[in-house]
Amino acid sequence: MFAIIRKENLAEGIKLFEIGAPQIAAKARPGQFIILRIDEKGERIPLTIADFDRDKGTITLISQEVGRTTADLGKMETGDKILDLVGPLGKASAIEKYGRVVCIGGGVGIAPVYPITRALKAAGNEVISIIGARTAEQLILQEEMGAVSDHIYITSDDGSTGQEGFVTNVLARLLSDGVQIDLIIAIGPLPMMESVAETSRAYGVKTIVSMNPIMVDGTGMCGACRVAVGSETKFACVDGPEFDGHLVDWQLARSRSRMFLAEEKIAQKCSGGDCQCQKNG
Amino acid sequence: MSKERVRIDRQSMPHQEAAVRVNNFSEVALGFSEKLALLEASRCLDCKKPTCMDGCPVEIDIPGFIKHIKEHDYQGAVDTIKKKNNLPAICGRVCPQESQCEKHCVLSKKFEPVAIGRLERFVADWEMQQGIKTKKDLPPASGKKVAVVGAGPAGLTAAADLAMQGHEVVVFEALHTPGGVLVYGIPEFRLPKAIVEREIEGIKQLGVVIKNNMVVGAINTIDELLEEGFDAVFIGTGAGLPYFMEIPGENLNGVYSANEFLTRTNLMKGYKFPEYITPIKVGKKVAVIGAGNVAMDSARTALRLGAEESYIVYRRSEKEMPARAEEIEHAREEGVQFRLLTSPVEIQGDENGWVKSLICQKFELGEPDESGRRRPVAIPGSEYEMEMDTVIMAIGQGPNPLVPRTTPDLEINRYGNIVADEGSGQTSKIGVFAGGDIVTGAATVIQAMGAGKKAAKAIHEYLVG
Repeated sequence: MFAIIRKENLAEGIKLFEIGAPQIAAKARPGQFIILRIDEKGERIPLTIADFDRDKGTITLISQEVGRTTADLGKMETGDKILDLVGPLGKASAIEKYGRVVCIGGGVGIAPVYPITRALKAAGNEVISIIGARTAEQLILQEEMGAVSDHIYITSDDGSTGQEGFVTNVLARLLSDGVQIDLIIAIGPLPMMESVAETSRAYGVKTIVSMNPIMVDGTGMCGACRVAVGSETKFACVDGPEFDGHLVDWQLARSRSRMFLAEEKIAQKCSGGDCQCQKNG
Repeated sequence: MSKERVRIDRQSMPHQEAAVRVNNFSEVALGFSEKLALLEASRCLDCKKPTCMDGCPVEIDIPGFIKHIKEHDYQGAVDTIKKKNNLPAICGRVCPQESQCEKHCVLSKKFEPVAIGRLERFVADWEMQQGIKTKKDLPPASGKKVAVVGAGPAGLTAAADLAMQGHEVVVFEALHTPGGVLVYGIPEFRLPKAIVEREIEGIKQLGVVIKNNMVVGAINTIDELLEEGFDAVFIGTGAGLPYFMEIPGENLNGVYSANEFLTRTNLMKGYKFPEYITPIKVGKKVAVIGAGNVAMDSARTALRLGAEESYIVYRRSEKEMPARAEEIEHAREEGVQFRLLTSPVEIQGDENGWVKSLICQKFELGEPDESGRRRPVAIPGSEYEMEMDTVIMAIGQGPNPLVPRTTPDLEINRYGNIVADEGSGQTSKIGVFAGGDIVTGAATVIQAMGAGKKAAKAIHEYLVG
């Protein structure tokens, strides 16, 4: 069992959990993820590690309530325990001195991009961050990202904070202004990552994205997390989760993310445990 | 005397009727009653030089335990089996006895062999009904510690045998439940999970500690285990990476690996969705590619999840199907249809990215290939389309890369399997042994158990020698 040490509501539907998991904290590196199962009847879901504290023996997860499990997780409080937590899974980000890097986080994707940004900064890179959300209220980790960036750009879809528009607008401008960029890392919703990749493609700037497909075991065993990259099929859990954004088959990724949409709706309705469909067995 | 005995026919086991069982996940085979068990046991000739044991990878004293049954001494029968095998309720259900012990039974030359597997299951189930009370007299602690990686058949067997030698054993399991393929792969209707749980409970009673949610290669490495004070390591991580055919359309929605399909259903209990919240989705028409036991499990599971038509699509003929005869028969009884000498060349999707149909090609058998089986040869121009909603790839799996990737001095072969001595499981690394599917590639539960057993013996010798 893994206890929630601290819970924080970061924004509407976006919650932070600091969880006691000393062994995972000891090994976690930026870019990796965990899989959790809340209780006996729960499903296994992957969440990227947003932070870790080796001294305290904790990892931090930031979760947006988008389905049954993230909603159930959102109801948990400090002191509550998560039944299963396994990790750190996936390959860590390749942290080295590239020169000038652009770290892009969209929505809850700012959470996983933060430890990568911090590590890239520590490795001696010049870091330009671009973070964005739908509204000012939805924007998370602005201060934290600012602290590890040389320059930070903020966007919001509605203009309630920073520049109105998308993170890609800023990236497009930097690129068209001729700013020399050695590497781009982008994490966020699929359309955002695709759009970043499409923006940078013409400039030939290497663009790393972090895929978050449906997973079950997270150790390579089931193959649910297939991502087409170039001419190959990769398993995000053991080959990723980071891939070259210019090679990812985005249409397929979008389609695969919808595989259980109907069932997810049923599971959400059934939250609470005594709806009609369960009575009918 | 013996002549009279063999006149008794081999007793068949009561089963749930096909029409009934196809609508539930309860166990298909119901097990021998005491009366049937005694009748079947009476068929054993108690040969002076029993050959049946030659076929048992874990060397159970088969005539010995059957003799106890004849004497109504079921505890004695259990004790005899458990000297060699700590998972009898599982082996009695899933071992391919027809190609192992029963194949070597003297009776099988002229008559039907003694139903050894069914008798093993009978005594194991008898013990469970009594509540496990087998209190093993363990030798004094050796002071040696062994780490076992993977709580599947190989790892559990090695762990139990090492514990019985007085060693301290810690098993690291990647999933949230121990059992490996016994819990994620083999369906409830063939191997009830409560039975796996109780059998593992018996291993824990030997002092074995099982740590779940521990992915060795992620949370720690083999080298770290050795540094932390483990005197030896056994790697039994299994065949963890499903193969796909690399044909167009394989990533469409509705295409599963058998591992995913079965894991969702068995480990995550997707068949109880939405009470258990892991979804599993099958369409009306399901094609399973492959014809091994995993393929049969998938095709039969699909029917239980509501599929109207479930097909086995296999490029060779019936004779070459790797599944056990019993599994094929059960599948057929339940309405699984076989499309043999047939293989998909493409999966077609609809405009929303879902499987729509399978383009199949017909094959004929040519000359024998290196496996000794006649090579399937594609018939040009024989392509045809089968409408399909769900496709399950059950064509085998490769070794999981996580341990080899983080253990640089562990020798692997070109397929990624760990190189280990067949007799001892010794790897290229001192103090590190391996066995089961991670070494051999996908095989059977009992073969993995046999490897775990041999390795345990070698590890014991390594530790005390």
